[in-house]
Amino acid sequence: MEATSRAFSANAARALGDAQLQDALGTMMREGFGARRAKAVARLPEFEALREEGKTLKNHVLQNLDFYLETWERNVIARGGYVHWCRDAAEARAAVLAICHGTGARTVTKGKSMVGEEIAINDYLEANGITPVETDLGEYIIQIRHEGPSHIIAPAVHLAKEQVAESFRAAHRGLDPARPLSEPRQMLDEARAILRRQFLAADVGITGANFLVAETGSSIIVTNEGNGDLTQTLPRIHVVLASIEKVVPTLEDAALMLRLLARSATGQEFSTYTTISTGPRRPEDTDGPEQYHVIMLDNGRSALLGGEMQDMLRCIRCGACLNHCPVYGAVGGHAYGWVYPGPMGAVLTPTLIGLADAAALPNASTFCGRCESVCPVKIPLPKLMRHWREREFDQKLAPPVARWGLAAWAFLAQRPALYRVASSLAARVLGWAGRSRGRFRALPMASGWTRVRDLPAPEGQSFMSQWAARR
Amino acid sequence: MSDARDEILGRIRAAVSDGRPDAARADAASRLETHPRNLVPARARDLGAEARENLFVTMAEEADATVARVAVGGDVPREIARYLAERNLPARLVAAPDPKLENLPWQETALELRHGIAADDDAVGVTASFAAIAETGTLMLVSGPASPTRNNFLPETHVVVLRAADVVGTYEEAWERLRAARAMPRIVNFITGPSRTGDIAQKLELGAHGPRRLHIVLVEDGA
Repeated sequence: MEATSRAFSANAARALGDAQLQDALGTMMREGFGARRAKAVARLPEFEALREEGKTLKNHVLQNLDFYLETWERNVIARGGYVHWCRDAAEARAAVLAICHGTGARTVTKGKSMVGEEIAINDYLEANGITPVETDLGEYIIQIRHEGPSHIIAPAVHLAKEQVAESFRAAHRGLDPARPLSEPRQMLDEARAILRRQFLAADVGITGANFLVAETGSSIIVTNEGNGDLTQTLPRIHVVLASIEKVVPTLEDAALMLRLLARSATGQEFSTYTTISTGPRRPEDTDGPEQYHVIMLDNGRSALLGGEMQDMLRCIRCGACLNHCPVYGAVGGHAYGWVYPGPMGAVLTPTLIGLADAAALPNASTFCGRCESVCPVKIPLPKLMRHWREREFDQKLAPPVARWGLAAWAFLAQRPALYRVASSLAARVLGWAGRSRGRFRALPMASGWTRVRDLPAPEGQSFMSQWAARR
Repeated sequence: MSDARDEILGRIRAAVSDGRPDAARADAASRLETHPRNLVPARARDLGAEARENLFVTMAEEADATVARVAVGGDVPREIARYLAERNLPARLVAAPDPKLENLPWQETALELRHGIAADDDAVGVTASFAAIAETGTLMLVSGPASPTRNNFLPETHVVVLRAADVVGTYEEAWERLRAARAMPRIVNFITGPSRTGDIAQKLELGAHGPRRLHIVLVEDGA
């Protein structure tokens, strides 16, 4: 997927003017995942303590990541599975294609996977003559519309039912054009019938992994539709797309993370299907895939270890930070221009596509702190966004006006006497200029602010001088 | 690919071994040995059998499953026949090749029964549960010769037979039971209610790709 994160401002402006998108986002922010999360959290008195344990556990894993990954790998191999280590997206794509070619596979079904989006596996397989079919309903909808996901757990949340119906009519040409498609139920039944044939026909099933378990060499997927299970159970080959930070030590540790995941993501007590897979079909089994492969992707993650961004590797991709972000709620996921939107995307995207292309994202935040307050593993997202802003400044990537402005401010802020003189002068001048209205509708060099809102005029005296007078 | 493996693990090692006390590695090794419990919510801890069962039923129903309690295993076929008739569903079903299911008195009903692996046109499937977790109303099914995984997903109506004695409070108890009973199976399916999606216009619909209905027959005494 071509990143358009550089054009965040233009993307956001377009999103704000899109009435249908605003309607969908309004529904989501008002009565969607956030509201349901609040209810689920209120029912579990231990939730805050679980968040703290989740954070501690993930930190422990990161501190011993080499050990847990090697243990996990040993156990996968002991169970007859294969592990493919991949430094970057290109190696991961090549590894998946090699598995398909090695087994003569033609059709591939796919469960939802953010690593799959990150490495753009679908375009690559298609370019190489293999047809991947997304089976998560939301992913299927955006696949037939040739769009990227707008949310990490609800990829088609930006669409109205009329848009989905239109896409179904365009994609499902063999069906009666006069069939009714006004209700979600009708569209779901249509998709279920079409995808059921795909499940049964596929040679390879690709899924993501919410967690990997070192103790047993297992992968875990969490879904509500059951598509992930049909994807990995029916074909001859199961390929898991995973990345290095997904590993947890034991099944007990998986239980801790699962208690956090569903509640944080959708507000469910537990997702409908949580499936733990350990290796390929065994001699005594009556079904299951003959081969079990795991793509183990790094793609820049190991470079975050030991640095100021390491906390981001705790992320379990629940989407809570998106659901509670006023910026995401206003512009939606596509404005962020790549696969990971919202606060977690603003921190992760610069790592994956480079700060030069993604610097707008960590700036698209008011630092209100809601994301950090709902994060199941307490990632300090505002702090991490601030780190990116500092790097942007250090690398001279910020626009000249911003850099000069900040340099001028820094010069003053380091000289308190001068700062006081300059600020009381500015307060007096602006107070005098704005004395009639008490606010400004336009101000030189501040059009970015005044174009959409007024700037209140100062009262004339700075706080410091008022304080001095009062004493 | 082994170059990639060595490079990735090498980078990780270089980044984390700095400042890692030797004791940390010992902690990690012992964590795998002893699999200590993390915080376990009080909701389902230390409950008596009856309270545990009741919590399971409440939580399962909340997740849109239906639950019927029967006294003994011999009542299971009649309950399933009743359930299917009440909803006007086909009286033809595929049961997992599980001795616990094969030995039930199916002949007492008019149900048409086949034991084996589910196919696409099987409308109703019956499987047995390894255990169930009261905390969230979740069934725990494991793969093996007696339980093909696809039987849990292909039929539109999924009926699960669960012994009351197999209802545990928490996930931690379920792991203990699993470790005591057998090696890690290929698949562990935790199932909480029938399949669902909210992907079209954020409207929740039951019956996405998996079963539209989940009916749990809870057998109070053995099975």
